[in-house]
Amino acid sequence: MRGSDSSERYDMTSVTDQAAGASAGNAAKQGIPSAAVPSRTVPERSSAVPAAGSDRELRLDLFRGLALWLIFVDHLPPNIFTWLTIRNYGFSDATEIFIFISGYTAAFVYGRAMRDRGMVVATARILKRVWQIYVAHVFLFTIFLAEISYVATSFENPLYTEEMGILDFLKQPDVTIVQALLLKFRPVNMDVLPLYIVLMLFLPAIIWLMRRKPDLTLGLSVAIYAVVWQFDINLPAYPSGVWFFNPFAWQLLFVFGAWCALGGAKRMAPLLSSRITLAISIAYLVASFFITLTWHFPQLGHFVPRIVEQWMYPINKTDLDVLRFAHFLALAAVAVYFLPRGWAGLKSPWLRPAILCGQHSLEIFCIGVFLAFAGHFILAEYAGGPWIHFVISISGIVIMSAAAWVFSWYKRVAAKSGTDAKSADANADLAGGGS
Amino acid sequence: MKAIVGLTALALMLMAVPASAEDPPHASCEVPAYLLTTESKLPKVAEAIKTDQKLDILVIGSRSATIGAPDGTGFPGRMEAALREKLPSVTVNVTLQLQVKKTAEDVAKEFDQLLAGKKPTLVIWQTGTVDAMRSVDPDDFRTAVDEGVAALQKTGAEVVLMNLQYSPRMETMITTTPYIDAMRVAAQDREVPLFDRFAIMHLWNETGRFDLFSAARGLEMAKRVHDCLGRSLATFVIDAAHLKPAEPGTQR
Repeated sequence: MRGSDSSERYDMTSVTDQAAGASAGNAAKQGIPSAAVPSRTVPERSSAVPAAGSDRELRLDLFRGLALWLIFVDHLPPNIFTWLTIRNYGFSDATEIFIFISGYTAAFVYGRAMRDRGMVVATARILKRVWQIYVAHVFLFTIFLAEISYVATSFENPLYTEEMGILDFLKQPDVTIVQALLLKFRPVNMDVLPLYIVLMLFLPAIIWLMRRKPDLTLGLSVAIYAVVWQFDINLPAYPSGVWFFNPFAWQLLFVFGAWCALGGAKRMAPLLSSRITLAISIAYLVASFFITLTWHFPQLGHFVPRIVEQWMYPINKTDLDVLRFAHFLALAAVAVYFLPRGWAGLKSPWLRPAILCGQHSLEIFCIGVFLAFAGHFILAEYAGGPWIHFVISISGIVIMSAAAWVFSWYKRVAAKSGTDAKSADANADLAGGGS
Repeated sequence: MKAIVGLTALALMLMAVPASAEDPPHASCEVPAYLLTTESKLPKVAEAIKTDQKLDILVIGSRSATIGAPDGTGFPGRMEAALREKLPSVTVNVTLQLQVKKTAEDVAKEFDQLLAGKKPTLVIWQTGTVDAMRSVDPDDFRTAVDEGVAALQKTGAEVVLMNLQYSPRMETMITTTPYIDAMRVAAQDREVPLFDRFAIMHLWNETGRFDLFSAARGLEMAKRVHDCLGRSLATFVIDAAHLKPAEPGTQR
């Protein structure tokens, strides 16, 4: 997946460069919305901080990097680290963060491409990106097949005879592999990339409309979300059922991210800097934390009135329950309030690994899924126990960070040799992916 | 050479024997009390025990209600033994109806036939695994369980729901959470006790009581796990019926 292919640099890595460059002060000149994430301090801060190339929108990178780590940890069997992941403290989890930021950055970069080079070229680039994600997905599926084929032949615990039946699909690879290529058969932990593929397929249309009527686009997105809930629309899966992440519901987060990127964030700034918003958000987060506690300590369940339970449950992840969406909004509002744009901590070396991971999200996501498979395998075949668990979680995060560092290094080196020749066109090169 | 191999084998056997002997089936099952108590009640079970001195239980389960060993080693048989021990004056009868490779909806269609000619006081419905393996829509699953419980209640029986097994190796392949949640909701809606097999086994694996990751092909661990499940289930039923066991504090 990694290589000298520059369109990749363009998207996952340079997206953020671009976002940073634009927000460093030339956004107005270029006539596009700045990369400002919803922030109460954007106006003051961006003028207070010296306009330098190093002033990137690191918060997006940071949170996407953290989301990637959390997704990795959540994909491992539960262990001590799992207790650190946000899904244990509220309704939403890392997937929401990942999809929102992906919508934000994708709309930002491809929106720019559409303005500079037109609809056709931008669409072609998006489709190329979709193809890369698809190939990454198929690659991960191959690894998955290898792992479970091994398990199927080596594992015969009589306690789990029934569950082993799930491996029966290995007996008909003709059907299974074709269904996997059609994205209908998606083993556990392999649901995010297909969702991303579908969302990206709709991106050209989203950006096209968003650049003209941003509020109408967001309104349409909400309407589609409502229709999906009303009529229970989803894509079919194999062997039965529907997609675990319903793209027609999850598009709401993606489109909302795009809306924020293309100007919405700026308009929401006053709302987000208000103390009332903050108070509501914190109240909601606390309430949802308490509800989550009752899942882990059923004794506390008595304190939740039955009528609330009946109204609230089930909290549907497949169709992006409104409670989850609201939880994400509350989290984002609090994060933006307390971590202003120029927050000094962003330059801390301790956050550097997470930021680097966020800057190479597709690669790091795939590595994370692979490492989760590998971690499962080690736990199952060689050793179990909390200590090994702990080591696997830590090593996984270290490996992801190291890989991200290598990607950054490579990008820097490649960019140096590339921009010497045409540094004047560097901006267009970044935005357009160059060649 | 032969002697060394022979001696090594002998030594290994000697090591193996006490290892399995020090873990008798009656060792503590280590289930915290909160997993064995429930808000929902079983008044008819209490009534049957007190007045009729008789308790008929029907377990409707999938393949994971057995371990492919002689009768009585799966959790239904172990529960029967535990109940007889705890309620010595009561005639306890547990029968198992296996419904292999059927979803909750399929099983619910068979209820009339399964209950024909029987009048169990209590039906323990263990389900969810097949639905999870086939990725049945969790909403449909919840509806099926909800309506299934209602149908069982209509026959006059009380119902206990039992959810999926925790199987760490299958976690990469089977998504269990939505089905566990769905069963919790259905149990709440119908006000029936839910025996949280998943949480209990998960805890055992975490505390090291049982190493469920183990690839062992033997039956030993499976037997011990089912023994503990059966005992815990017996404790759970007695708690839900608000009875005092004959020997308080014997065994969870």
